[in-house]
Amino acid sequence: MKTKLTALAVTTALVAPAAMAQEMTIVSWGGAYSKSQLRAYHEPYTAKTGVSIINDDSSAEAVAKLRAMDEAGNVTWDVVDVVAADAIRLCDEGLAMEIDADTMLAAAPDGTSASEDFGDLLVSDCFIPQIVYSTTFGYRTDLVGDTAPTEICAVFDTDAYPGKRSLEKRPINNMEWALLCDGVAKSDVYDVLATPEGQDQALAKLDTIKDDVIWWSAGADTPQLLADGEVIMGSTYNGRLFSVIEEQKQPVAMLWDAQVFDLDGWIIPAGLSDERKAQALDYIMFATDTQRLADQAKYISYGPARKSSAPLVGKHADMGIDMAPHMPTDPENAKNTFLYNYEFWADYRDDIDAKFQAWLAK
Amino acid sequence: MSDATQPDTAIAGPVLAADGTPLKRSLARSLRVQKMRAMALIAPLLIFVLVSFIIPIGSMLFRSVENGMVEQTLPLTVVELQNWDASTGDLPDEQLYAAFVADMVVAIDAKRHTRLGTRLNYEQTGMSSLFRKSGRKIKKLDPATDGPFKEQLIDIDKKWGEHETWAVIKTHSVAITNGYFLNAIDMQRTPDGAQAQPEDKRILITLFKRTLIMSMIITCSCIALAYPVAWLLANLPARSANMLMILVLLPFWTSLLVRTSAWKVMLQQQGVINDVLVWLGMVSDASRLVLINNQTGTIIAMTHILLPFMILPMYSVMRTIQPTYLRAAKSMGATNWTAFWRVYFPLSVPGIGAGSILVFILSIGYYITPEIVGGTKGVFISNRIAYHISSSLNWGLAAALGTILLAVVLILYWAYDKIVGIDNVKLG
Repeated sequence: MKTKLTALAVTTALVAPAAMAQEMTIVSWGGAYSKSQLRAYHEPYTAKTGVSIINDDSSAEAVAKLRAMDEAGNVTWDVVDVVAADAIRLCDEGLAMEIDADTMLAAAPDGTSASEDFGDLLVSDCFIPQIVYSTTFGYRTDLVGDTAPTEICAVFDTDAYPGKRSLEKRPINNMEWALLCDGVAKSDVYDVLATPEGQDQALAKLDTIKDDVIWWSAGADTPQLLADGEVIMGSTYNGRLFSVIEEQKQPVAMLWDAQVFDLDGWIIPAGLSDERKAQALDYIMFATDTQRLADQAKYISYGPARKSSAPLVGKHADMGIDMAPHMPTDPENAKNTFLYNYEFWADYRDDIDAKFQAWLAK
Repeated sequence: MSDATQPDTAIAGPVLAADGTPLKRSLARSLRVQKMRAMALIAPLLIFVLVSFIIPIGSMLFRSVENGMVEQTLPLTVVELQNWDASTGDLPDEQLYAAFVADMVVAIDAKRHTRLGTRLNYEQTGMSSLFRKSGRKIKKLDPATDGPFKEQLIDIDKKWGEHETWAVIKTHSVAITNGYFLNAIDMQRTPDGAQAQPEDKRILITLFKRTLIMSMIITCSCIALAYPVAWLLANLPARSANMLMILVLLPFWTSLLVRTSAWKVMLQQQGVINDVLVWLGMVSDASRLVLINNQTGTIIAMTHILLPFMILPMYSVMRTIQPTYLRAAKSMGATNWTAFWRVYFPLSVPGIGAGSILVFILSIGYYITPEIVGGTKGVFISNRIAYHISSSLNWGLAAALGTILLAVVLILYWAYDKIVGIDNVKLG
């Protein structure tokens, strides 16, 4: 009996490493987003290579967990989906691998190099952009009265639009919108926000609607609050609003004005074994090529990060509606936009967040 | 036992056991074997507690003071900084700049300089990009040949020519720091010693106070709600008591998140409770009650969630109270109230004590429920700890906050022991 067990243990030990290579752990956000990745990337990749993919919905805590794994010396993730700001921090902390876009990523079908195809969106040496999403407002068409809001400052106008609004419980985006509606020119927003006076100005503007705000911390909050009629308008990610409007058919419309673009994409953790690193790179090469990025937009309303993918965006796979008009990058929606200022928030996040939280608690 | 044999030995020489060895040694040996066996039996638990409890808490306590990063990343600079007097207002000399470049070249090679930038950014806004941006340019310098560096560094970024930058690095270059603890109580470590944070950044003391006060309110409302339920459970006939017990336990077995989200549906302004009140005409449609996203929401939801932790210890104590005591009191002329207050209630106090300790300790560490229903005024210190663990990555500050919370609990526990007596607590 005992020898049998030992024999079994030895076989498992011998088989295990070989099986490992056929399996990889990919970390993402869960929900509809992971499902879109499953259908656009994971399933075709498994079909092509036979590598099975394990999903782990831990992206929300990815930075802290990667740091803990690194300290424990045992990184169990192969590819991780994070927002760009987190990718920058992981890169700073030495927890993500540096990527050379031109050699490690696929070129566009017309031969344009990857670095040119992604362009400015390569905001960190470790970051491989995947989608452009935006944080923007949705409003209840039946609760805002006869004149529907068309611009961002409607959020601060409680006379014209009485009722509750939902805003994210963090300074990022809110401070910019407040300054913008307090008469600061778009090009000066970050210069103003870098000064203590500018921060006070933004908080003073937010003060005018503080009693009318419900603060959210999860992306699903605003859609639920809108659907229940708890708020008349609220900020959230554009994909969430898309599903409220198109899938759940709620009386909600988008206010694209002053939407803030942000990026989401992949990083590969630093310190993987050569074999796993090669595997992760192979996956990344496949999953971020022009066609694959365009495919993801069939399942969720986020814009592909490659310029060359934009013309390939078609109809929603299940509902059959045209996806291009729902993309945050669509010219009609992108008349007035902001791009998340990564450099600024990397520096000011701790400071302004402390002030913002102190202000909230007052 | 061995003590008892001592007088005999003194009088009549060593007492021998049956096998000829001195009795004392023989007894000690057999006791040792027993002790070893007892140790072996509790060893799994001991090792488990050590590995899963003592070591993590110890390492957390250490993290709150550990600050070796500056010294490890910039060893030569830290030595030079000892010779620099920050109080004069002069910039450091060339020697320090040269040491800094030498350190940075090594750190950039190992990709450690941005990590240091993140660390120092907790203390001084702008350090993160200063280290990241300057790193790209310093990388190209050769510490041996490219000197002098003072002008070059100031050219790379004017912040290297500011007194404050170097003062911050010097202030935080000690290997063991009180900086995180100062931050945790709304103060900061400065070149001139500990100072209060500017008023618009003070938040943590408020949160500590709020956590304690609200936990006490939650504990009190749990006592008020649980006492009658526990009494019913202990005094009803078995059939109905079992039914009631299932009703108490059912929510206990339901996922915490589901229960908290259910409260959202109940309490929001367009929610069930408000709808019913409006329908009954008790509140007007325009002035619906605000029951969620504030302290009320946190208190209601957490009282509900923690209620079983109060009911169960109370119930197990009340079951042991003999009904004959009450009958005896009444037979001697006590009214119902006197019999309850003078006889039943004092006997049930150990259950209240056990439940209160459980509920209070659980609630000061609560995080997910306040986050979902607490809005801005109903969040606890643990929400801030979570923020620093997973978002800002300031683990030192998170550890300091956690340590303070732990100390507060221990002090309260000690106070409870002094006032009520921990022997009075019974879980059954």
